[in-house]
Amino acid sequence: MNLILDVALTHVRSRARQTFVAVAGVATGVGFSIMMAALMQGSQDDFIRQLVNALPHITVSDERRVPPKQPAETEFDAAEIYNLTPEVRRRGIKNPLAIMASLDAWLPGNIAPSVNVQAIIRYGLRDVGTTIYGIDPRREPKVSELANQMRQGSLRSLYSATNAIILGDGLADKIGAQLGANITVQTSDGARINAQVVGMFHAGVRSIDEGTAYVLVRTAQILARQTGLVNQLRVRVFDPMAARNVSTRIESETGYKSVSWQEANEDLLSTFVIRNVIMYTIVGAILLVASFGTYNIISTITHEKARDIAIMKSLGLSERTLRTIFIVEALIIGFAGGFLGFALGYILCLALGSIEFKSPFMDTTRIPLAYSAWHYAIAMFVALASSFAAGFMPARKAASVNPVDIIRGAT
Amino acid sequence: MPLIEARGVTRILQGIVPTTLVRDINLKIGRKEFVAVTGPSGSGKSSLLYLLGLLDMPTEGEVHIRGQSTAQMSEAERAYTRLSELGFVFQFHFLLPEFTCLNNIVLPMRALGRLTPDEMRERAASLLKSLGLAEHGHKRPDQLSGGQRQRVAVARALANDPPVILADEPTGSLDSKSSEQVFEVLRDLVDQDGKTIVAVTHDIDLAERMDRRVHLMDGAIASND
Repeated sequence: MNLILDVALTHVRSRARQTFVAVAGVATGVGFSIMMAALMQGSQDDFIRQLVNALPHITVSDERRVPPKQPAETEFDAAEIYNLTPEVRRRGIKNPLAIMASLDAWLPGNIAPSVNVQAIIRYGLRDVGTTIYGIDPRREPKVSELANQMRQGSLRSLYSATNAIILGDGLADKIGAQLGANITVQTSDGARINAQVVGMFHAGVRSIDEGTAYVLVRTAQILARQTGLVNQLRVRVFDPMAARNVSTRIESETGYKSVSWQEANEDLLSTFVIRNVIMYTIVGAILLVASFGTYNIISTITHEKARDIAIMKSLGLSERTLRTIFIVEALIIGFAGGFLGFALGYILCLALGSIEFKSPFMDTTRIPLAYSAWHYAIAMFVALASSFAAGFMPARKAASVNPVDIIRGAT
Repeated sequence: MPLIEARGVTRILQGIVPTTLVRDINLKIGRKEFVAVTGPSGSGKSSLLYLLGLLDMPTEGEVHIRGQSTAQMSEAERAYTRLSELGFVFQFHFLLPEFTCLNNIVLPMRALGRLTPDEMRERAASLLKSLGLAEHGHKRPDQLSGGQRQRVAVARALANDPPVILADEPTGSLDSKSSEQVFEVLRDLVDQDGKTIVAVTHDIDLAERMDRRVHLMDGAIASND
């Protein structure tokens, strides 16, 4: 074995420049594939993290998956009745406190209610259409990032005035409201309250910061004219990946439609599969091109060393040994290229990670990158496999050379 | 029992016009023989040597080594027989240019793997010394003269202590002085070490000084004394 490695290294060294080009080819392939993998995985992880952080893991809403049975249908079970006018039901989740209390008993996570209502906020001469959420300041921090996004005041400030309101900082700028300002909130069906600004938040997304305000649940219930009802229960589970199962259980216990973040974003998640297919195709193509370089150098060496091959065969080295020598040469190139590619890939990731992006709609961000030993291992595996394939054919050809032909030719 | 025996060996090169290299060769070579294979160019001297050395396969007939038929051997088995039973010396030294002389000699030993690395180096050094090249072990082949290189090639042929050395015009590319040196080395191998040597040569004087002459004519044995 030692002999094989020795001869292989000698051959590879005798063609140092060409070997280096082949190594550089593999290194480029490995480096870029590591970068691509880090980029793709990073953006995917980041996207899922944002999805998981920005939205509740599970949303329980006052809808039902199957239309409720109408009283006539329950009454006359045997008959099929057409054109029934559905019974008018009040929208909203009834008795939210009892539901939350029963869910709290087993839920591996936290739950918070919310009432949302569309309203116009009026201050001075300006009025802006706004989505107003009624929240519970004690439960809210456990299900959303809102508490961390407060710029002025806190969620608890909602208790500090009769009708307290927290505005998005963009919204406050738009209407020119300061902390302590008294604004008017009015809905389309005529409910109207005066509220005092007790805080401001900044979520980092313009559409949210310019169009959202928070009040207490009961304030929102007054605006929505639905005392005692909430629109949504939002759940944040300890393990986001388990949200789907938890959601199913909530739905079966409460009867209300419960949607996990996975279900809500199924289409988005399925695009990741396509993205990964594209990524692996490109990475495969890069490494395929690199393997042509390896094929080239091994072919060149076998042609150049035809005489040495004949000599070694005449001495009594078997075809198998000679074949192994050239395959080992290809693997040496693959290994060297792989390790050089590790360095290249890491440097590319660092360089890419240091670029800052400024966007008017979002806060300044950097490209999200995922560092994973798997990316390196896979890239190395593919590099070695392609080197092996590239070396195998010339190696087999070289090893099957008839030594007599070459010895005769030389004499 | 002869060391090497050719039984009705015929070798025909297939091609558009098939060429008969050697025809119906029957030859027995025993221990401690120093055999010259002579004949004009194209008479099949080298072809016969390659057949005896298992580098080539006969079209008909069999080559036996130590009484064992080689006809049914696999490529790997023939390679192993070459490695352990036969040593080759060609007209050109055919040393590997990137390896030192010592490493060239060690190479067949490593391929066989019977000795430890230290024993291999020791044996290679003593082989070089016995051929008067003790101080040249660390040099590369291109740093030596033609005669020195050919003696290194002889040392390599002896690496695994094979009973038979097959030499194809071993002095063919050397001047008369180097030629004489190499011949003396071969002579000593037969007389002192009991090796069997089969040497192809077109040099009649050299052939006269060997123990037995096999003369080929058009691929067939013309005389054998």
